[in-house]
Amino acid sequence: MIAASKPIPEPTPDTQPFWDGCAHGELRLQRCRDCGKPYFYPRPICPACGSTDVEWFAASGRATLYSYVINHRPAPGFEADGPYAIAVVQLTEGPRMMTNIVGVPNTPEDLILDMELQVTFEQRGDISLPVFTPAGAQQ
Amino acid sequence: MTGVIIAGAAETNAVGKLPGQSTLQLHIEAAVNAVVDAGLTMRDIDGIATVTTPGPVQVAHALGITPAWMDGTGVGGTSFLLHVRHAAAAIRAGYVKTVLITHGESGRSRVGAGGGFPRGGSSIPGQFEAPYGTAGPTTSFTIPVLRYMKEYGLTHEQLAYVAVAQRIWAARNPRAMYRDLITVEDVLASRLVAYPFHLLECCLVTDGGGALVVTSGDRAADFPKPAVHVLGTGESAETPMISQLADFTESQAFRLAGRAAFAEAGITTADVRHLMIYDAFAHVPIYGLEALGFTAKGEAGPFIADGNTEPGGRLPLNTNGGGLSYTHTGMYGMFAIQEGVRQVRGEAAAQVPDAEISVILGNGGMFATAGVLVLGREPR
Repeated sequence: MIAASKPIPEPTPDTQPFWDGCAHGELRLQRCRDCGKPYFYPRPICPACGSTDVEWFAASGRATLYSYVINHRPAPGFEADGPYAIAVVQLTEGPRMMTNIVGVPNTPEDLILDMELQVTFEQRGDISLPVFTPAGAQQ
Repeated sequence: MTGVIIAGAAETNAVGKLPGQSTLQLHIEAAVNAVVDAGLTMRDIDGIATVTTPGPVQVAHALGITPAWMDGTGVGGTSFLLHVRHAAAAIRAGYVKTVLITHGESGRSRVGAGGGFPRGGSSIPGQFEAPYGTAGPTTSFTIPVLRYMKEYGLTHEQLAYVAVAQRIWAARNPRAMYRDLITVEDVLASRLVAYPFHLLECCLVTDGGGALVVTSGDRAADFPKPAVHVLGTGESAETPMISQLADFTESQAFRLAGRAAFAEAGITTADVRHLMIYDAFAHVPIYGLEALGFTAKGEAGPFIADGNTEPGGRLPLNTNGGGLSYTHTGMYGMFAIQEGVRQVRGEAAAQVPDAEISVILGNGGMFATAGVLVLGREPR
């Protein structure tokens, strides 16, 4: 039996610019050109005001740790990782996204809410997946 | 405006581990029991509501019902509360007279169950959550609580106590899967599933079903059991992904659905004698108590830990033992409604005195959707 591999995102036309950005080491968000509000996940309409006049921009990649769990019953493909954190981070620009936290033990003692994080990318098949690591940590 | 009542309500003969029954069998058994409970036959039913799988067409066909109205709303475990709401509107509009709402789920044994959570790699959750190792509700519904704990000081012991309090109710319910009393120490010593959640803070996974017969209030005296009046209903939705919940310390959908139901019923929290809050995990009753206004923000954990929701307390909550101790097939909302109906009728295993008004809060997905019902012994 072949072990399951970790899920790989399959880009769609509306999300392709996000994944293209990741491939270039850039976390891209969208922003409304009418009300100015940035948002995530990718979609062709501003959730704040309903405008379809939206644009992509490169976010700073800085974030803080908003909340998480440490999963002890791994999803298929994650069996070798040991207990791992599934986190939601607050991006400096405002939106939040789910992610994993790398470069630090995934324990309650090491994962402190509101700690500062920086985006980094993990290769998963043809996709560069954005994950986060403590700010200032060596890559 | 025409009142609407629940004229029949019943669960499957058993709930728990039922490897000998398919999903469809569970629907059929629950449906037959509810129709008998209402003193009717399938020929009296002209409307059907249930979720896929197997869906309203399959269930109606299996039962020999030709529906003049149907509802296949499937928005998670609260769907059946929404079916009651939608049926009430359709009955008032004259589209249908007598609606049968069914639930059957082989959640544990997976007999004829169909697929689980659809998370294709190109779906939005498939692109933006699944790659991080989510594995169903235990790894997503649970994520908000650490933020809540930091903002409001909820302790691990208070979270654990939610399971302790509900086990006290379950001990009085012969049908509950787990009936032995437990302590906070027991909960915290059970194995970690997804920190900070231990096994005993997570719902059961069981097989079972339930069904309801809903009709107009002018027929309230026509049935063998006391009519349970649908006094108010509400529904709302917030987010398909837990990461996009607007505020991790509260559920907007719970709040909005509750506000609509209370307003329609013309009640306040002071009128409520019995409460059911969908408890897939131990934090959900805390979020529910606050969203419905029973306590201020941050006070629901201590409120439960102080015994207010236990037998003899001022707000009996999850009196069947809940999803944590009674049963949880996957879509628990039907069982929460069933207990509300039993309490209002006065026939519950752990009967609350003077349960004239019962409120049921249902959750769908991971704080994705919500439904609220206000049920009463008398019309208002």
